[in-house]
Amino acid sequence: MALLEVGSVNAFYGAVHALKGVSLAVEKGEILTLIGGNGAGKTTTLRAISGMVRPRNGTVKFDGQDITGTPPNELVGRGLVHVPEGRGIFANLTVAENLELGAYTRHDRAGIAADLERAFELFPRVKERQKQLAGTLSGGEQQMVAIARALLARPKLLLLDEPSLGLAPQLVATIFSIIREINRQGVTILLVEQNANMALKVAHRAVVLEVGQVAMSGNAADLASSDAVKKAYLGH
Amino acid sequence: MSDFLQILIAAVAVGSTYALLALGYTLVYGVLKFINFAHSDVFVLGAWTSFTASMFVTQRMNVDPAHAPWWVGLCVLLAAISVASTVAYCIERFAYRPLRKSPRLNVLITAIGVSLLLQNVGQLTGPAVVRETPTTVTKAAADLTPAERASETTKINGEQAQVQVQGKPLATLPFGSSPRSMPVLLPDAVLNETTAATGVMDGGSRRGMVKLDKPVTLEEGRTYSLQTERLDASGKPTGERETLGVASPAGTYEKGTDIRTQPARNAKDVQGAAYTLTIAPEVPIRLLDVLIVVSALVLMAGLEILVYRTKLGTAMRAISYNVETAQLMGINVNLVISFTFVLGAALAAAAGFLYPMKYPGLNQPAHQIWVLLGLKAFVAAVVGGIGNIRGAVLGGFLIALVEMFGAFYISTKLSDVFVFAILIFVLLVRPSGILGTTVREKV
Ligand SMILES: Nc1ncnc2c1ncn2[C@@H]1O[C@H](COP(=O)(O)OP(=O)(O)OP(=O)(O)O)[C@@H](O)[C@H]1O
Ligand SMILES: [Mg+2]
Repeated sequence: MALLEVGSVNAFYGAVHALKGVSLAVEKGEILTLIGGNGAGKTTTLRAISGMVRPRNGTVKFDGQDITGTPPNELVGRGLVHVPEGRGIFANLTVAENLELGAYTRHDRAGIAADLERAFELFPRVKERQKQLAGTLSGGEQQMVAIARALLARPKLLLLDEPSLGLAPQLVATIFSIIREINRQGVTILLVEQNANMALKVAHRAVVLEVGQVAMSGNAADLASSDAVKKAYLGH
Repeated sequence: MSDFLQILIAAVAVGSTYALLALGYTLVYGVLKFINFAHSDVFVLGAWTSFTASMFVTQRMNVDPAHAPWWVGLCVLLAAISVASTVAYCIERFAYRPLRKSPRLNVLITAIGVSLLLQNVGQLTGPAVVRETPTTVTKAAADLTPAERASETTKINGEQAQVQVQGKPLATLPFGSSPRSMPVLLPDAVLNETTAATGVMDGGSRRGMVKLDKPVTLEEGRTYSLQTERLDASGKPTGERETLGVASPAGTYEKGTDIRTQPARNAKDVQGAAYTLTIAPEVPIRLLDVLIVVSALVLMAGLEILVYRTKLGTAMRAISYNVETAQLMGINVNLVISFTFVLGAALAAAAGFLYPMKYPGLNQPAHQIWVLLGLKAFVAAVVGGIGNIRGAVLGGFLIALVEMFGAFYISTKLSDVFVFAILIFVLLVRPSGILGTTVREKV
């Protein structure tokens, strides 16, 4: 049984039909990447999963339970953690406070401290910046804080919305290798990306979204070599 | 100089009330980005609930409010906080929450509506919570009304009947439309007066004269007062303290000569009572003022710790920055917003309890004076930087200082004008307020 199952979800913003029957499944332990052009509905898919958008119909099942329309704050404690587009850093809080909020629903002090250490191993830069206001960090550092913060919730499934957006190429490579490392440590990942090139390299499987519908899906390597994907998303 | 200090003390006491109120505006603005115009009415609710509760408690305990034990004040404060918090919770839950996604203007209009509702409901005169003790009147049995005849408290002996008449209401629900006087439940004394002499009073030759048991020198240019305890007919202390002003001119008074006191007392009443002759300080520092300011400061410090040192406070600040992302952290946004309203209301209720301790005249709930008070606290929040906790405190004290000093040194009539002039000035020079900052998100 898949960790996450999205079944024919339809979602609207007022009259805009953003998701037109999207179905996908994320297996335990894998990285699934969701790629597609601007406005394809990638962000909306993640929002429908984490409860920020209520699907008009269709179902979302997580860890064997129906979570359709469950508000996001009730899902965090169950292991479904969403790092939103544009990072969602609290610029008015310090880095340490941002991290503390990642563990908001947890009460096991020792566990939190251990997870904090592990997050610092992945992101040594974040550790140095703890006292600083998060708003004063560079874009790349903010992205690191956002991911580190998500790890503190001890996710089973991590939803990442364009973690590479606006980062320097070198940093993009770093972020992707960290994503792979997180996955290796046992976290299932649903990765939304515009940078299809990189995404298809780290992911096990991929789903291509076009105007609110799943256009293709399959093995990441297979898709990367498919002509249609090459032409539309890989720029060659 | 002494005027200056005296005004400074008064301004700090009033400023602490403004600050407590301003914090409520700022807290709610911080999380929801909207001005809760019903906040000042929650303050009025706190003040009037304090009045009703103090009447109720002291009557039940059968004590004179002026001599109630210290914990009565605490009970009254807690009652005011509970009522105000509950009402604030309901306002948020039923008036504001359904409009969370509506345009800001709709919420603003709703807030004004809620404010008017509270003002008008507060003026209704419902059942009495506390009455004066019933009195018994005697009338002819034949004149009894059927209700009087049926009443168990009516005693008929032949032609005569004794009828119990209900006492006049001392406090009604919700609050009523006539002004009341708040009993001062906090202890008061002048803290910095010095003792000139102590001893035992020797009575006096005439009304308004007392004799002291040793020679006393009254110096020129000083104000003296005599604190004594009243004695009963048998000469035992009654525990009832009183302060007599000293009206005698400066000079040395030998043992056995009279000192004139004000208000005039029958010398017999105090014969044999212990006295303390004190010199009034140039600038009296009253325990009451100190208690008001200290209580307010303790609450502000508590709030500061709550907001900046606890997980809940971090959640409040997170919501203030971005509600959606806060939800993604697992924060129950509705719960935290409710809590914020309740917190603001609790501070307003505390202000509603403390303020009448200094200015005991309670006007009816819709009175202009309340509206103005709330408005000044709002100005304080804006001047300090709305959404900023320290800013609200700073603004509260600043507004009070400007108001009080302006009234004394320039014009009493214009004191409110100064307050709003400060507002305009700050908005022109620093639109985000003195301590206000605008944190920009980097993308
Ligand atoms: N708040 C909104 N109100 C109205 N329409 C919206 C809203 N958010 C998204 N949409 C529309 O829904 C569609 C899907 O948007 P979505 O943000 O999911 O796309 P995306 O695939 O994440 O795009 P991008 O790669 O640019 O982030 C778009 O047509 C967009 O215009
Ligand atoms: Mg998007």
